[in-house]
Amino acid sequence: MALRRPWALPPWGVLGLLGLPVLAGLAGVFAPAFGWLPALGAHQPNLDAWRAVLGWGGLPAAMRLSLVTGLLATVISLALTLLIVATWQGTRSFVWLTRALAPLLALPHAAAAFGLAFLIAPSGWIARALSPWATGWDRPPDLLIIGDAYGLALVAGLVVKEVPFLLLMTLAALGQADSLRRQMVARSLGYGRVTGWMKTVLPAVYAQIRLPVYAVLAYSMSVVDVALILGPTRPPTLAVQILDWMTHPDLAMRFQAAAGAVLQLGMVMLALGLWRGAELALGRWGRAWAANGGRGLAADLVLRPAGAAGAALIALTVGLGLAGLLVWSFAGLWRFPDIWPASFSLRVWSGQMAALLPLTRDSTLIALGAAALALILAVSVLEAEARRGPAHPRRAMALIYLPLLVPQIAFLPGLTTFALITGLDGTIWAVMATHLVFVLPYVYLVLADPWRAWDARAGLVAQALGAGPGRVLWAVRLPMLTRALVIAFAVGFATSVAQYLPTLLIGAGRVSTVTTEAVALASGGNRRLIGVWAVVQMALPMAVFALALALPALLFRNLKGMRVS
Amino acid sequence: MRFPLFAASVVLPVCVMASPALAVNPDDWNAVLQAAQGQTVYWHAWGGDARINAFIASVGDDLQARYGVALEHVRLADTADAVTRVISERQAGRDSAGAVDAIWINGANFASMKEQGLLFGPFAESLPNWALVDTDANPAILVDFTLPVEGYGSPWAMFQMVFEYDSAALPEPPRSLAALREWIAGNPGRFTYPQPPDFLGTSFLKQALYGVLDDPSVLMGPIDDIDYAAVTAPLWAFLDEIHPNLWRQGRAFPPNEPALGQLLADGEVDIGFAFNPGRASAAIADGELQDSVRTLVFEEGTLANSSYLSIPYNAANKAGALVLANLILDPHIQARAQDPEILGFQTVLGMHLLDAEDRARFYALELGIATLAPDQMGTGLMEPHPDWMTRIAEDWAARYGTGN
Repeated sequence: MALRRPWALPPWGVLGLLGLPVLAGLAGVFAPAFGWLPALGAHQPNLDAWRAVLGWGGLPAAMRLSLVTGLLATVISLALTLLIVATWQGTRSFVWLTRALAPLLALPHAAAAFGLAFLIAPSGWIARALSPWATGWDRPPDLLIIGDAYGLALVAGLVVKEVPFLLLMTLAALGQADSLRRQMVARSLGYGRVTGWMKTVLPAVYAQIRLPVYAVLAYSMSVVDVALILGPTRPPTLAVQILDWMTHPDLAMRFQAAAGAVLQLGMVMLALGLWRGAELALGRWGRAWAANGGRGLAADLVLRPAGAAGAALIALTVGLGLAGLLVWSFAGLWRFPDIWPASFSLRVWSGQMAALLPLTRDSTLIALGAAALALILAVSVLEAEARRGPAHPRRAMALIYLPLLVPQIAFLPGLTTFALITGLDGTIWAVMATHLVFVLPYVYLVLADPWRAWDARAGLVAQALGAGPGRVLWAVRLPMLTRALVIAFAVGFATSVAQYLPTLLIGAGRVSTVTTEAVALASGGNRRLIGVWAVVQMALPMAVFALALALPALLFRNLKGMRVS
Repeated sequence: MRFPLFAASVVLPVCVMASPALAVNPDDWNAVLQAAQGQTVYWHAWGGDARINAFIASVGDDLQARYGVALEHVRLADTADAVTRVISERQAGRDSAGAVDAIWINGANFASMKEQGLLFGPFAESLPNWALVDTDANPAILVDFTLPVEGYGSPWAMFQMVFEYDSAALPEPPRSLAALREWIAGNPGRFTYPQPPDFLGTSFLKQALYGVLDDPSVLMGPIDDIDYAAVTAPLWAFLDEIHPNLWRQGRAFPPNEPALGQLLADGEVDIGFAFNPGRASAAIADGELQDSVRTLVFEEGTLANSSYLSIPYNAANKAGALVLANLILDPHIQARAQDPEILGFQTVLGMHLLDAEDRARFYALELGIATLAPDQMGTGLMEPHPDWMTRIAEDWAARYGTGN
């Protein structure tokens, strides 16, 4: 019975393993939302929290802001990603571009946001570079750029981070979509590059990156750290307001926070529904568009440079933002409008050195463990699904994604209570297990579609040659999916490294990582310290990503069919 | 970082039955010292400032060397994270062996934890070094935001709001709320305050209340007893008047004290303010602020408050936490905290209560370049009742924070 093998764990086992903490977390949101939190002496279910949330004057504006910035960031990120791939896939520039953008995935959102903020602020690098000779400013101009009422800076901060993510997801999908041959056929029929790609490759690719796109949408709507740095504050997005309520000294506000979190969850569901509706409508329109035979040659003239410009702008923005943070980490006094600090010093770095090594070690250990476990679980679930066919509870697997949809700040106190009751908190293993709750969805997300899109005929051939299911898995499927596997691992690693609240709450202060340190220091708004920790926080996952990109290339340098270019 | 791998997974009922933590009696100091031996104290404190982090690490070295107690600074982005932790523990029934041994706390967080019975005590007045604390000269340290501390927190530093200004850009700064009001009108875009409910931002509103009220004594009581709308009307009139002339025309506000300090350093504003009178000097010493920055206090006085160290009711290492609380009141440590090169915090100790050697430690300290001498600090205004902080922050959000 192949199913009894450990790597073909029944999916209900995995669901139980993950479902329990997820459900505990959700119970910890829903119960207080309806007035039940015994620790605060609340035993009477009621709707007071809802009345308080609905009575908050900023609610319509906050909800609108969350919805609009989330949708806008997702639409722009997806459009840019597709444009970049459609215009440049198969060229040497594309290889170069993906190499330039992929490491950005490893960059923590908060670090990217701080970099962007320093770049575009009225006292930022761009203004400094142009002052006073071009602008006449000897003091920073009084312009509202960061925290604008429409959340445009927030959208920009999200886009620079989500494009690399979607690009990498698309890259993993391209290999399974037979993209180059489709593109070649389209080109030979006289289609323009972009139009041909959109008409022939996109339908196959989008089906594979749909879940990552949903994750981007849910994340963009619920994000807290980027919204705190770049978003408006009067009112803030709903997620930030929930955080305010959750951290309010008046403990009664936690009920309101929980109700807000349930509302937030509903809003994310609504946005996903809207998105799904738009997919269907666009799909119908797209079929007609694909059949109309338009070759779209002229579009290339505009879209190719636009794609290149978009990609370059992102790489440049993040690159310069990071460079800015790096310079700050060595800066002495640095006044406006000086483009460079008046003096440099190692003071900040040397002050942080003692903490760097142990924290880096612990972060690495936790991330390696969580990512490896997540990869094993994801593979076992997917393999079980492939073997069981329709008997597999595929819909129930959607539960795995719940941790990505519920705002962390509301979900975690419930999870913490669960860990406390089981007495599992305060150890590096407990932190690893909690990270797994958040890492597994991403790993599964990255892996599921390429896994399912795998050309099963390769397996049939192997079986015809006498290989059992286990041998097909080890000798054919896993090697063929190496690229997706290593990328999934790298994404899992980066996700684990970036976890702040789970580490803090479950680690009970006994376990610290580079991210708990970075966020604590970032709360002081000190650009020099932020620079140091952003660099450290990024270097770790970056190293793993570099390996993830280099490994398949190295392993398969002699196998032409395994290359994606 | 250490890995106490299984320390926290000890079976709970055992802890409840036989926890030595429950037996800690602060009045039996020798027993406390003995019980503390070998403990590791987890001090949950804001970790956003490298100087403060370094100071806490140095206290840890002393704690280890003198009492054999280890100190781990759990660096928080927000004190509320530690409060959340204690609540979760109570919810899960972990009434001993809790993860938080000590919290750096004051204001509404303190009021809220004390009210919910989440604090251990009273203990502060049993600490041996309590005898050195000058409660006669600083009676305010026995009262946190008008609420009696009653020994549930040990005061270890005093703060008073000072305004920071760039003397190169602004040789004649405004020295009262009325003067500031006039100055803002004449200098649009050059002043702002952190957005309430941030602690410093709400403190500015309270400072403004002191400036606009004819009779500030109402601030000492809860707001139920008074005609709140009528009393606060001048405050909202003041804010409505200045907002259009604030930084970003009052359409955005910096999130907190460090962000305000950065605006001053970037030259985006000419006047900032902080609760630590030594902050500007320390930032100048570190090359993070121009050396032309100076500080001042308003003629009508500025808000003053204290920081406390409190111990949660379920702390696992209460004895160690008590030893820590006592050590922080040690003249050596207090002098170190007051050193402008290190923190520039104001000590809670009375000079006349120290012996000559310890007193000399304090007199040897130089004031920082931007720090006012104690006799220049003017009147310390009492923090209003916590009701005020909560209510005016709420009203601020309703008036200015909803985008309507």
